[in-house]
Amino acid sequence: MTGRLLAIGLALVFAASYAAAQVGADKRRSGYQDMGEALQKMQDDDTANPGMLFVQLGGQLWNRAVGAADKSCADCHGAAAVSMKGVAARYPAIPGGSDRPVDLEGRINLCRTEQQKADRLPPENRDLLALTVYVAHQSRDLQIAPPYDPRLDAFRQEGAEIYRRRQGQLNLSCAICHDDNAGKKLAGIVIPEAHPTGYPIYRLEWQALGSLKRRLRNCLVGIRAEAWPLDAPEYVALELYLMQRARGLKLETPAVRP
Amino acid sequence: MSNILVNAPKTARRGAVIEIKALIMHPMETGFRPGPNGRIIPRNIIERFTATWNGAEIFAMDMSPAIAANPFVSFFAEAKESGTVVLRWTGDEGFVAEQRVDIAVE
Amino acid sequence: MDRRLFLAGTAAVVFVPLSPATATPDAMAEAIRKIVGTATPTEGRVKLDVPPLVENGSTVPLTVSVDSPMTEADHVKAIHVFNEKNPQPNIFSARLGPRSGKAIVGTRIKLGDSQRIVAIVETSDGKFWSAGADVIVTLAACLEESP
Repeated sequence: MTGRLLAIGLALVFAASYAAAQVGADKRRSGYQDMGEALQKMQDDDTANPGMLFVQLGGQLWNRAVGAADKSCADCHGAAAVSMKGVAARYPAIPGGSDRPVDLEGRINLCRTEQQKADRLPPENRDLLALTVYVAHQSRDLQIAPPYDPRLDAFRQEGAEIYRRRQGQLNLSCAICHDDNAGKKLAGIVIPEAHPTGYPIYRLEWQALGSLKRRLRNCLVGIRAEAWPLDAPEYVALELYLMQRARGLKLETPAVRP
Repeated sequence: MSNILVNAPKTARRGAVIEIKALIMHPMETGFRPGPNGRIIPRNIIERFTATWNGAEIFAMDMSPAIAANPFVSFFAEAKESGTVVLRWTGDEGFVAEQRVDIAVE
Repeated sequence: MDRRLFLAGTAAVVFVPLSPATATPDAMAEAIRKIVGTATPTEGRVKLDVPPLVENGSTVPLTVSVDSPMTEADHVKAIHVFNEKNPQPNIFSARLGPRSGKAIVGTRIKLGDSQRIVAIVETSDGKFWSAGADVIVTLAACLEESP
């Protein structure tokens, strides 16, 4: 009995100090903080941030009826500013009637096939990115808040394992660069902590908007690993883990990155 | 029609110098890059940007392939009279886009 | 096969220019000459704002400001910006006038490599002014193979 009380007491102390540590000394950095002033200004100004062109396009698509059902996103969801607020902060999630998580793009494609009776949009398609960035933009400045859903645990765990798994000809894991060496420089660029705070992002290298999957593929190519196809479940698992890891950080969508 | 974002004041004092910023969706394909099939992707750029205020040209820019994709331009103009600023982009493959902005000068 | 001949042949193949046109400092000087003719631009009055170190060369913010009253009698007529190493030397040519109020133009440019950028400004009195800036372009470590 005393033992159990002691255990509970210790657990409480640990929980309290862990929470205090989280609040007091959150040293996690968004990639935004590692950018130069010129790029930060580009992201901050809504009429200078090229990602906002895609938010504008996404807003137009939101209201456009498509598919055999001749329905628009707005016909079901109304004003995105209300209905989509906070959605990107808690994705990926398991849609109703399914047992596997989908990312935001996957969710939008489900709406297309099930509700609008339209074709799926292919990965990295401009309209799919525009709709995704429009939806995610409604959560800008909100904290990343993955929901409690025990069904996600196994997928998140898989993501964590992928994150720590060495792969590719360079035999590197995500963790070696983005945990162990984050903040140091690689080829003149600061290695970011890899928090998915601003997706889809406008990446200067791409001169276009792109998804987290595209960014993860860049990493896989960088370590000379075989990149999974863009519809592979590995990306969703990794995103689940990354979002958990970035819990509490603010969404910036659309972020600008070099 | 391309997506365009313009940042200009809706109202201005007479004689004030205002900044106009414009961003347009366009690939600005240089004509120097090989595509996935190894062939050069044909050049597709905006060649010219102009701004008129009630029909009179207030700013013009000739662009080259060295202007970044989704071109951004900022410039200044003196607010002389109320009216319409017309921003116009023209380029390869018959590209034309226009955005009108009304500015009230008091 | 003659080893020397083979080496010479290999060298000849290797040194064939790969790209059809590449701007050089000479090409930039030539492009500037087309604008200024026989005049020699004076350094000064022009401020060329570009980050000295850019994280990615494909979208580099650049602003040119000229110290000018922008009156009917004394104003900036044109701002031209050039580079040394992109495939072509011209970046942009902007036309301004007294109606501009301020001679400040901003845009975003592509730089294929670290290089020198030069702005040439033509004023209403027919004179030319210039400013230059060196930009170092760092490349991201994990680049995509193809778009």
